[in-house]
Amino acid sequence: MSNYVYPRFPYVCSAEQTSGETRRHPVVVIGAGPIGLTAALDLAARGQPVVVLDDNDTVSIGSRAVCYAKRPLEIWDRLGCAEPMVEKGVSWNIGKVFFRDQLSYQFDLLPEPDHRWPAMINLQQYYLEKMLVEACSRSPLIELRWKHRLVSLKQTDDHAQLAVETPDGIFTMEAQWVIACDGANSDTRRMVVAEFKGQFFQDRFLIADVKMKAEFPTERWFWFDPPFHPGQSVLLHRQSDNIWRIDFQLGWDANPDEEKKPERVIPRIRAMLGESAEFELEWVSIYQFACRRIDNFRHGRVLFAGDAAHQVSPFGARGANTGVQDIDNLAWKLSLVLCGEAPESLIDSYHEERAFAADDNILNSTRATDFITPKTQVSRHFRDAALDLAQHHAFARPLVNSGRLSTPTPYVASSLNTPDGVPDSVAMTPGTNAADAPVTIAGQPGWLLNYLGDGFTVLTFDRAVTAKELSIDGLAARVLAVGRDIADTKGLLAERYGAAEGTTYVFRPDQYVTARFPQLDEAAIAAAVRRACGRPGPVQQELAA
Amino acid sequence: MSLTLTPNISNPDDFYAELIGSQRELAEGEALRMNARLVLLLANHIGDRAILSEAIRLARSPGG
Repeated sequence: MSNYVYPRFPYVCSAEQTSGETRRHPVVVIGAGPIGLTAALDLAARGQPVVVLDDNDTVSIGSRAVCYAKRPLEIWDRLGCAEPMVEKGVSWNIGKVFFRDQLSYQFDLLPEPDHRWPAMINLQQYYLEKMLVEACSRSPLIELRWKHRLVSLKQTDDHAQLAVETPDGIFTMEAQWVIACDGANSDTRRMVVAEFKGQFFQDRFLIADVKMKAEFPTERWFWFDPPFHPGQSVLLHRQSDNIWRIDFQLGWDANPDEEKKPERVIPRIRAMLGESAEFELEWVSIYQFACRRIDNFRHGRVLFAGDAAHQVSPFGARGANTGVQDIDNLAWKLSLVLCGEAPESLIDSYHEERAFAADDNILNSTRATDFITPKTQVSRHFRDAALDLAQHHAFARPLVNSGRLSTPTPYVASSLNTPDGVPDSVAMTPGTNAADAPVTIAGQPGWLLNYLGDGFTVLTFDRAVTAKELSIDGLAARVLAVGRDIADTKGLLAERYGAAEGTTYVFRPDQYVTARFPQLDEAAIAAAVRRACGRPGPVQQELAA
Repeated sequence: MSLTLTPNISNPDDFYAELIGSQRELAEGEALRMNARLVLLLANHIGDRAILSEAIRLARSPGG
């Protein structure tokens, strides 16, 4: 039923399989979905060769993930592939919530102007994956191996041994590190016997992608109890090429096999769009949603990311968006460890920070699901009461929860953070991802994030600074001075960073604030960088000596 | 500030009659929905999270 022609990527028998000579790779990624491909791009950008194994030879079947948020776009921009996504995708900021046949209220995701990327784009997963595959193909460090299925995995202290099945049989590979991005039903997770615990929701949803020429604006529309689908909720989203995503809540008693038959789906869509609407079904699936997390993101030499590590219900677009941020967090740490610039223990902070983020996402996603699918009659009354009131009174609108849309989770309690040197300033505390801002560089307009780069960077509002780079035990931290290297023409940089004369920020390679100080203090910066790399500080070194 | 647990409503009989009277014509489901709206309206008016938590706790088990 699809109009989309799926590309077929060629299977190639690798030299190591042909020769039977076992090779040890620095990093093997399992799964060429959005998360696995992003992992390959981020590691390659840091100079690490990567092999990606995928058991299939095409992109995602069906559209699946749809919404990509500002932060993943910033990450993909750092990796050089955000522009075609935004160009092909559909940008939106406005969300509307309806109750029965009335507009209850609307929200604007990005009321603040002067941001480079939209709050959200909607793009079919197959387009996104194809763009990521193309970006990977341009890197000499990335090898995509299609029709390669991981069948078993064994570990020692310093590597993993992988048995991989291809059309030419089974062969063995070794990897210093494995990144498992093989989705919610991860086989890799079973191979390391990890626990994956959480909550399944007693409800079913029909997810349909529909091709139609429609008059709806490019906005997220969410209905509670609409006349065309009484007693349940419906979500409508636009994707590119006039494809629309429609989610119908069906309730727990719905029969999944019956409900995905076109003769059941088409009348539901017709009831929504009207008898005369012309549309074609692209893709249909029935889901039961769950919120679950792996016990540890690290199992020895195997690191889990994306849905393989955590699963959320889709309200809030926290699935793929969170997974991309897992990689943003992991790639620089793994790269520093592989280069011998950080101790292996730095990898444990990946679990610390991303499990914290996963728990935040699961909390938000569970609350949205509980609002959308009330578990008791009384909670349904409270939900309907909030919706009744929201239509007339502003106070009730924040209580209505049709999904809290994905924003980055600050690592407020991370052990990598240096205690805040500017505690009076509320914005941009250590653990927060860098806010973007328009700046001017060499007379040309640009954006801060493009100049923060992918290493340690010091951003200082100290006008007396002379250093261009600091060296911390051989690790370089670039110094970006406002007024010298970049001009804060609109004053928004200082505003967004709550900066006064002298304010100095230290960013990690994933563009998160790891420390900030009222003045540029080289010794304090060096200590902060050491801490963010998980290196022992001078005090511990003395004790060790 | 903590949750007020001493008499604070002037003319309590009037208030009680108004509350009961407002729901006299309602079916049980409608009354439950109205109660939910009333809880949300009053909760927003109070606003103070600690007081709301104390009220939820005491409503659930009146003896504390």
